[in-house]
Amino acid sequence: MNALDISRWQFGITTVYHFILVPLTIGLAPMVAVMQTVWTVTGNEQWYRATKFFGKLFLINFALGVATGIVQEFQFGMNWSEYSRFVGDVFGAPLALEGLVAFFLESTFLGLWIFGWARLPKKVHLACIWLVAIGVNASAYFIIAANSWMQHPVGARFNPETKRAELVDFWAVMTNNTTLAAFPHTLAGSFLTAGTFVAAIGIWWMVRNSRRAKRTADVELASTLRTDARTLYRPVTRFALWVIVVSGVALAITGDVQGKLMFEQQPMKMASAESLCHTETGAAFSVLTIGTHNNCDSITRVIELPNLTSFLATNTFDATLPGVAEMQQFYNETVGPGDYRPNLFVTYWAFRAMIGWAGGSALLALAGLWFTRKGRVPESKWLGRLAIAAIPTPFLANSSGWVFTEMGRQPWMVVPNPTGDPNIHLTVQQGVSNNSSATVLVSLITFTLVYGALAVIWFSLIRRYAVEGPLAHDAHPPTDDSARDGDGDGADDDASEKLSFAY
Amino acid sequence: MSLPEIWFVVVAVLFAGYFLLEGFDFGVGMLMPFVGRRRGETAQEGDVRRRVLINTIGPVWDGNEVWVITGAGAMFAAFPGWYATMFSGLYLPLLLILVGLIARVVAIEWRGKIDDPRWRRWCDVGIGLGSWLPAFLWGVAFANLMRGLPINADHQFVGGIGDLVHPYALLGGVATTILFVTHGAVFLSLKTADEMRVASMTVARRLAVPTAVVVLAFGLWNQAEHGTRVTAIALAVAAVAAVVTAIATTARREVLAFVATSLTIAAVAVIIFGTLWGALIPSTIDPAFDLTIAGATSSHYTLTVISWASIVTVPVVVGYQAWTYWVFRQRISTRDIPSSIGLSMRAPSDAAAENRS
Repeated sequence: MNALDISRWQFGITTVYHFILVPLTIGLAPMVAVMQTVWTVTGNEQWYRATKFFGKLFLINFALGVATGIVQEFQFGMNWSEYSRFVGDVFGAPLALEGLVAFFLESTFLGLWIFGWARLPKKVHLACIWLVAIGVNASAYFIIAANSWMQHPVGARFNPETKRAELVDFWAVMTNNTTLAAFPHTLAGSFLTAGTFVAAIGIWWMVRNSRRAKRTADVELASTLRTDARTLYRPVTRFALWVIVVSGVALAITGDVQGKLMFEQQPMKMASAESLCHTETGAAFSVLTIGTHNNCDSITRVIELPNLTSFLATNTFDATLPGVAEMQQFYNETVGPGDYRPNLFVTYWAFRAMIGWAGGSALLALAGLWFTRKGRVPESKWLGRLAIAAIPTPFLANSSGWVFTEMGRQPWMVVPNPTGDPNIHLTVQQGVSNNSSATVLVSLITFTLVYGALAVIWFSLIRRYAVEGPLAHDAHPPTDDSARDGDGDGADDDASEKLSFAY
Repeated sequence: MSLPEIWFVVVAVLFAGYFLLEGFDFGVGMLMPFVGRRRGETAQEGDVRRRVLINTIGPVWDGNEVWVITGAGAMFAAFPGWYATMFSGLYLPLLLILVGLIARVVAIEWRGKIDDPRWRRWCDVGIGLGSWLPAFLWGVAFANLMRGLPINADHQFVGGIGDLVHPYALLGGVATTILFVTHGAVFLSLKTADEMRVASMTVARRLAVPTAVVVLAFGLWNQAEHGTRVTAIALAVAAVAAVVTAIATTARREVLAFVATSLTIAAVAVIIFGTLWGALIPSTIDPAFDLTIAGATSSHYTLTVISWASIVTVPVVVGYQAWTYWVFRQRISTRDIPSSIGLSMRAPSDAAAENRS
């Protein structure tokens, strides 16, 4: 393998790792904020317990999300220095803004939230988690704006003297129609992930409590278990299930919008996603094809829905869509000789995996809403199992979606915009750093091993804390007295007061 | 000053802020085995001491770390050429810094999650790794930039790892390391109470003179080879601040000592960026290949956009970070540390869970 292949693998591996953790953070921060808000407004301590319980899982996840995120900020320069030179004038601005606006906000206020339970007034403390929630979502906006510029460069011109893309309209970059479609789609995916995570854990606990209540001879214990199932897990689960429903609808709508944009802006990506090898009028949607796939000649279409792809692309059933072969010829004529086809196998299956895995959350939402209807508390063992099985599906769908969108733009790093400056485009060969393959291999192995080990620990910790459930010492919020104590003089005098939280 | 020159100063300020704030974070991490341990104490007591150390930076270290992420982002936006050459040229030092930072983030956040001595020992290793590696390697990295890198006409790094390891760079690494340890010890004396306050100040006092010697030795070497008037003034300031540190730590004047170590770090940042001012990265192959501010800068429009963004956001960021320090201003002593609320490594069996309630 040469430095280019290793660099591509490295960026792919580190980014996929990062994006296992990111959607949970993006979706869970606002959900925890809502839980804390309900507690603050109603005074219902069950919502306080839910806040603390899911807050802990959120923090375990946040740590590794940050750790894997730092790498990304450096990696552009380390492995893709020629790319960084070419696009830095445009690409750097959203990155710098992400740091200034979002990263400072989330990291500072998360510290205040973690340590401020007994030190800040209740409402100020609640505001902290909301600012964290805004911060994580804002950072998503900036980084997606940066990524969307690579997919559909706007607001820039090619400067022949400096031989690079230069920003001419920042507003155009921030309101790129690709960004405006990708951001809500990513957000919806993140909320689907967090909703599924919370709902599944809630259902599992509801079932577990109900079954334990039945088994035990201890009347008092049975009553506590039943009360928790009804007044803690059920409301939290119903809230999360509705988050799934709303984000699921949003995913479908934004996905459709994004698909139409892609047919316009990146026809090669969509042609390969559909195994559309040759230009067709009234193109069918392929449900199943067989063959080696990375080769148009070997593909046999098995099942297809007539005219559907044309409809998805343009809202008309008989639109003419360009095929992979024709797009290849087009690029050869306009940009120069080369292979401009993405990996057909990966794009085809990643696209289908993305949609397919999202079905896991849909199934959980249907089952969950049905079995908790009209105040019911489910005790079916298989519902508990279904809940656990559903947890990984949105993560898989997120990864598949990003693999599709990123590998679908290959071999481009900056995809030529059909209606933009024709000189702004860059292939991965042109973007990679001038590193030896040994150097890049060392970092690939290092990151893979470190991330691998940390992922195992992350999973064990999340599992351990989810199985433990809400902790006894988090049953009641700190009283107002302790809040005032901590906020008072701040001198050594209140040293006898234990910290409400310490690492 | 032209807009690119102003942005050079902005990048310098962001890195100076990083060294200032993460300097004591790294220092606290590096002092874990020293201030965090005392002869003749039980394992339990030692753990409480180490938890005091971590908790002095607990609410703020993550926000402090963002300074470098924003610094790198600002570098990317304002000087893409500088970002590209520096990050691809200093590949292996940066890789190790990243490994350290990754280890530190998870070790700090996950340490208290499991109540088990072996778990905590591994986390302490992670915190140590994540403090020693960056503290040393940032010094090595910037010393290399100051001395220059083998970069060709396209500003691509064409050297190997051997080009990065030489006495000047190593001395730079030692200088930042010892400076951050002292800064951390002084910070601890400000943030802890009772016996740990005394112990931290004792460490700071012992380190004050060696720190002054190492930092000034590096500063003088740099002055002799790459010095300008600005770096000479900064070096004088660093010298005075180092002497003040020694006096203040002997007199147990904590605030004065902290101001002095902060001033030393600021002066070192001025020395670093004052040296880089001439050529962002000098080429050791041919001075004609030097990466200059004019050659690496973004377009005027981009600089205008990020200038407006910074003018709006930076005061707000500085404001709320300062407020965080104010909220958590109280000293921490071993008595303030609550007992561990971590879970056991393995879940108790279901039957046991049934009985527990």
